[in-house]
Parts: sequence; C-alpha cells; structure tokens
Amino acid sequence: MKNKSVIIIGAGVAGIEAANNIAENGYNVTLIEKENLLGGNLKNYAKLFPDFYEAGEVKNNLINKLNSENINVYNNNEITELFFENNKWQAVNSQNQKFLADAALLTTGFTVFDAKRKEELGYGIYDNVITSLEFENMYKTGKITTKQGNIPERIAFLNCVGSRDEKVGNHYCSRVCCINAVKQASEFKEIYPDSQAYCFYMDMRMAGQFYEELYRKSQEKHNVIYIRGRISEAAATLDNKIQIKSEDTLSGLPLKMTVDLLVLMVGIEASIGTNQLASQNEINGEYGFAKSKGLYGNDNITNKKGLFLAGTCKRPLTIPETIADAKAAANQIIKYLNQI
Amino acid sequence: MKNWGFKISQARIIDLDKANTKMFEDLCLKVPSAKRCIMCGGCSATCTASNHTNFNFRNCNLMFRRGQFEGLAEELDKCMLCGKCKLVCPRGVNTRAIIYNMRIILNKMNYKNIEL
Repeated sequence: MKNKSVIIIGAGVAGIEAANNIAENGYNVTLIEKENLLGGNLKNYAKLFPDFYEAGEVKNNLINKLNSENINVYNNNEITELFFENNKWQAVNSQNQKFLADAALLTTGFTVFDAKRKEELGYGIYDNVITSLEFENMYKTGKITTKQGNIPERIAFLNCVGSRDEKVGNHYCSRVCCINAVKQASEFKEIYPDSQAYCFYMDMRMAGQFYEELYRKSQEKHNVIYIRGRISEAAATLDNKIQIKSEDTLSGLPLKMTVDLLVLMVGIEASIGTNQLASQNEINGEYGFAKSKGLYGNDNITNKKGLFLAGTCKRPLTIPETIADAKAAANQIIKYLNQI
Repeated sequence: MKNWGFKISQARIIDLDKANTKMFEDLCLKVPSAKRCIMCGGCSATCTASNHTNFNFRNCNLMFRRGQFEGLAEELDKCMLCGKCKLVCPRGVNTRAIIYNMRIILNKMNYKNIEL
C-alpha cells in the first residue's frame, strides 16, 4: 500500500507544504520545480503582511521539512506535459524525461501581471516607475532609492495594476495588493519617516484578519496619505521625476502631483505552467487559472480522476490560505491513494 | 411681510424618495455599460476638457444616476466627445455614448434645449 506515489508540479508554498504532509504519511512524493531554487513566489518577498513576518523564515521552515526519504526533489525541471496513461499520471519535462505516479498535484501557482501592458503608466519607459516586486527587492537590500540613487522624498503606490481592469482582460480582484501596498508604504515610512507616501486606490479591500488594523496604523503612525482615485497617466519630468494624474474622487477635483518613485501594485495572473497544464487536462477555468470540481468541499479535486489542485493555480490566495489549502489537498490525495 | 434678511435655501440633500432615478434606467437601456461604473475617476483624470474647465464626467454620471439634473445639461456641454476617457476606463464603460444619451434625455425633459 505504502509504495504508492504522487507527482507534485511546482515547489512553491503549496507544493512544498503538500509534499511534506503526504510524505509524512508514508507515500512517495516526486516534487518537481522549474527553477533552480525552491520556494516559488515566496522568494520574492522580504516580509509578509500583515505582521511583517520574515518571508525567508517561512520559506526555510517549509524547505527544511523536505529531507524526508520519501521525497525526491527535481529542480531545474520544467514540466511541459501532464497526462493520464496506462493507469499512471505522467509528467514530461522539456528534455522529454518522464515522471510516473498514481496521482498528480498541480501547484504551479501564479505570476505577477506584466506592467508593460499598461503603457500609460510608463513602466519600462521611465526609470522611476517600478513594480511592487522591484520595491520588495530594494527593501531586501535596505536601500530604497530612485534609479539615480536618491532617497525618494515622495513615493506613490498605485493599486489595481492588472486587476479589476477590463482593458487587460482581468475582471477579478487580486486580493493581496491592497494590503501589500499598505505594508510597503509602512515599510517605506519606517526607513524614511521624513518622506511622504501616497496610496492611490479604487477601493481599499482590507478583508483579512489584522488588515484593517495595519491600514489604521499606516495612517496614524506612518502618516500614509490615501487618495481615492485611479491614476490614469504617468509621465516623466525633465529631472526624472514622475508626474501622475488622477481624480481625487472624494473631492471631485482632478489631481496631479510629482513623485520621485511610482510603485505599481501588480496583480496576480495564472502562471504559464498553470495555464498550459490545466488546458491540457481540460480543467482550465477563467483567466487561465485551473478549475477545481467545486468550491464547497471539493476544491482540491478536479474532473480528472487522480488530478488534484492546491494554491494559487486556482485563484489569488494569501500565504496562510495557500498553506491551509495545501494541507487540504494532501488530505484528499492520501484518501485517494488509500482507495486505489 | 417684514423682510428679515433671510430666505429659505434649497435643501442640500439627495432625497431618494423623490429623486427621479427612472432616467438613469432609461439611460442604461441605451448604454448598459453605464451600470458598471465604480467611480474610480480614471475618466476625469485623463479628460482633455477638464484641463480648461471644471468638467467632471464621473460626477455628471453620478448626479444623473441620483436624479440630480439641475445644471447638468450645461455641464455636459463642456465635453468635446474626444473619447479619451473611454480608453482608460477599467470597467469598459462607453463614456461617450453616456454623454450623448444624457444630452438627449435631458433635452427631452426640457432641462435645456441642446443642439444635438
């Protein structure tokens, strides 16, 4: 019974957590990652909302549990095909190497929206328009500067870049960017209390536990200024600053201002792997995400027998949600392996 | 009657018991995307007319929605129908068609005779 196996595609938060849980129960796990390093998108973050917990610690705690003899990790392996044949789930990598198992778990996750697609915001055109990921990278080094190396006296964060936007084909809300903007604005003010931080939003969606508290704290302690309006244009000035235009919708007046750094809070999109492997198995849902059988109690299973889903390959999720979802998926997989 | 130097001022309140919100329903029959507006202000931020006037499309749309038609026809005259707002709208609202149809509806209601 115990020599049954599962392939897990994607060694991000969901993949690693599920691998640990399944291996603990004595099953063989093949964990496959396309990149060299494990951890997926978690690698890109320094601290996590809403409690500024070290992302590196979360990642290391996950990876440290992988040394079970039941887990085989294959990094630098990009799976391009996944199908069920001869009673086995078969994953094929780009070198045509095959991995076989009794069940497969898709944890191929998300990728961030390509901000270049919102040309009017000037990303990739002007030096000082950056994405929230680039901000995170700068924060890791402890130095947040403009491209010219100056300390930003004014920084603006713009929410909903690539989310809630019909023009790029994404109607959905990415859920994490609002609170991420609050977190990053607070981090910025922690380093540079004399600088000003602005946050432009359509709605502040503080629906998680302690999100609203962090939002309050960012106003009270860090004096982050919130402006309800979508920035519709950004242009560089002669001295490499960014002039932005929005409407201050609550006063009903057009607003323009010049900032040293404009941070675009890029949304969550299905990763290429998610899109590809889900389509191959006809479990592709909306916007390229993978579709589970249903939301209520069958969110980790699919219409394909033995194919399971966990994490952000289904929809935008936070890290705690992803961990919980991976545990749930592991539970379903163990049940399945016991039955077959 | 003795003039005390005071007069009754108009109520500064949107009274949704009395406001004519039917007109917005009529507008939505012509331009269904009007319902989708979330008042983000992207349109008014990018508006070419608002560079030179106090025209605010988002506000006009909201006032129409709430049945507040006073002075609205004059406001709508400031729009040049360039359609830049339509390009930025994240909800794909047909802003130009809204302006055009608001003008027609207001005209029918005799809020002002506008040349169409």
